[in-house]
Amino acid sequence: MKTNNHPGRWPERSNQSAGLDPAASAGHLDHPPRMGFFTDTSVCIGCKACEVACKEWNAVPEDGLTLTGMSYDNTASLNASTWRHVAFIEQIGRDPVASGAGYTEGQATADGARWLMSSDVCKHCTEAACLDVCPTGALMRTEFGTVVVQDDVCNGCGYCIPACPFGVIGRRESDGGAHKCTLCYDRIGDGLTPACAKACPTESIQFGPLDELRERAQRRVDELHDGGVPDARLYLDNPGDGIGGGGAFFLLLDEPEVYGLPPDPVVTTRDLPRMWRHVAGAAAALLAGGLVSALARRNGS
Amino acid sequence: MTEPRVQDKRKKGKGGERPMVPRAEFRSYYGRPVLKAPVWKSPDVPGYLFLGGVAGASSVLAAFAQASGNPQLARNAKVSATAAIALSGVALVNDLGRPSRFLNMLRVFKTSSPMSVGSWLLAVYGPVSGAAAVSAVTGRLPTAGAAATAGAAVLGSGIATYTGALLSDTSVSAWHEAHREMPYLFAGSAASAAGGLGMLTAPSGQVAHAGRFAALGAAAELTAKQLLTRRLGDDLAGPYHSGRPGTLLRAAEGLTVAGLAGSVLTGFIRHRPGSPIVSRTAGLALVAASALTRFGVFEAGLASAADPGYTVRPQRARIGGRADV
Repeated sequence: MKTNNHPGRWPERSNQSAGLDPAASAGHLDHPPRMGFFTDTSVCIGCKACEVACKEWNAVPEDGLTLTGMSYDNTASLNASTWRHVAFIEQIGRDPVASGAGYTEGQATADGARWLMSSDVCKHCTEAACLDVCPTGALMRTEFGTVVVQDDVCNGCGYCIPACPFGVIGRRESDGGAHKCTLCYDRIGDGLTPACAKACPTESIQFGPLDELRERAQRRVDELHDGGVPDARLYLDNPGDGIGGGGAFFLLLDEPEVYGLPPDPVVTTRDLPRMWRHVAGAAAALLAGGLVSALARRNGS
Repeated sequence: MTEPRVQDKRKKGKGGERPMVPRAEFRSYYGRPVLKAPVWKSPDVPGYLFLGGVAGASSVLAAFAQASGNPQLARNAKVSATAAIALSGVALVNDLGRPSRFLNMLRVFKTSSPMSVGSWLLAVYGPVSGAAAVSAVTGRLPTAGAAATAGAAVLGSGIATYTGALLSDTSVSAWHEAHREMPYLFAGSAASAAGGLGMLTAPSGQVAHAGRFAALGAAAELTAKQLLTRRLGDDLAGPYHSGRPGTLLRAAEGLTVAGLAGSVLTGFIRHRPGSPIVSRTAGLALVAASALTRFGVFEAGLASAADPGYTVRPQRARIGGRADV
């Protein structure tokens, strides 16, 4: 059993410990196990082989060769033409014990300085806002439980972009369509490993059935805690969280926002039934206003 | 190259008063946004929010004006509604990344997507509104015209309000956290603009009806906006108060207050039509105010998405709330 070892994490819901089955909910009745990524950032060396492999395999176009000036990260963020993004964070002047200096050898030094590296990717949410709000049905749930844009259907309305709580999906200027990680739908359908995971030299990016990945991740975080890295934590591994758990989840060494990730993402459509009720109320009020302005005449003049 | 701790630029309160609770520091990835800002173009999308509101509320006004014996006001409102919705359609198609595929909007119907619901609403409302206008202008098929007028009013009430859900159903905190008030704000803004347009175009004998509708709308808009910013609180309402959206919304509020005074005078106080200057000026002010409101709300969302603090702080507060329990 997973323990709720981080303050402020979503409480585990007993009736949902295994989480929803997104592929079955989408109508894939006889489907393969849900596949996903576990990205263990404690072993990421920031080589960006994942970024390159992704671009190569998926024929994702170049999207700018500028220097950000903020860190060794010149990719900056996920986007329509960046489906893997390696974040690079330099922290100086931290407490060497709290930063796990003794364990993550090479990442931390005696003065408490350390480099954090993390390969970010689409989370393939169990409850995916992009998919919910897509008006054309271009975004769809695959039999593997992943979320994919059908490029021949997308009309570039852009609604998925602000809906995503992670800022993953973007619109490509050159073709006007929305694009993001497909979890290498073409490769995994053929029993292959996604390009990024295949290219990762340290197995920071691990691909497999989500259930197995979650168990493996829990063992890894326990190991790190025992080894003196109290900051290690899992992110988006919990089916009870605001997105129903990620199909891609992470082991982080600091707060999610340090990596540019939202600390407590919630799928926006959870509140949509309430929004519709308020729309209905406002529409009724508008009609009532019309009635009042007509009736006031008869009484007033 | 060290990781920055971002301390918010705090907007100076009126009279330089200091807030009771210091705004929390938050951590971020080199100050970069967590969310992707909407790629929706301006003026296309805020323009649509305005024009769709004008159209929907004009249809409501038209139906009640017709039923209460203000035929010219009703006819003008029907023509306004049809013109506004036709322009909206152009703006919306133009905003698509792939405009030639606009018909894909009607490929599926999804209640989980306000844009899908809105597309279907528009697809039905547009022709119905057009039929009502054509019948009113030509005088042909009056029975069908009356049915279309009533249908356009009901559909129009949806057109004018669903856009509240359209914006709120995103991860942009300035929009999402305002999801309770946004449809009412938009309904009020729409009625205010439609009434204002009626005051501008109606003959003097029928201007009072438009004035009453505009006054109710303007009052609702001002109230909803107050409630909205109060719910968001000092921190999350920041984008509504500062920068360009703040300027737009303050201008909108000033014009709405002035327009409200003029429309109350026109609709509720004067029993005989006097000089049209008051009603025309008030009408113009309300139409402009409604447009400014939509552009302000739209730009507040862009500002909210661009600043990681508006995404991280409310989520941290939520985590804190759960940990305290």
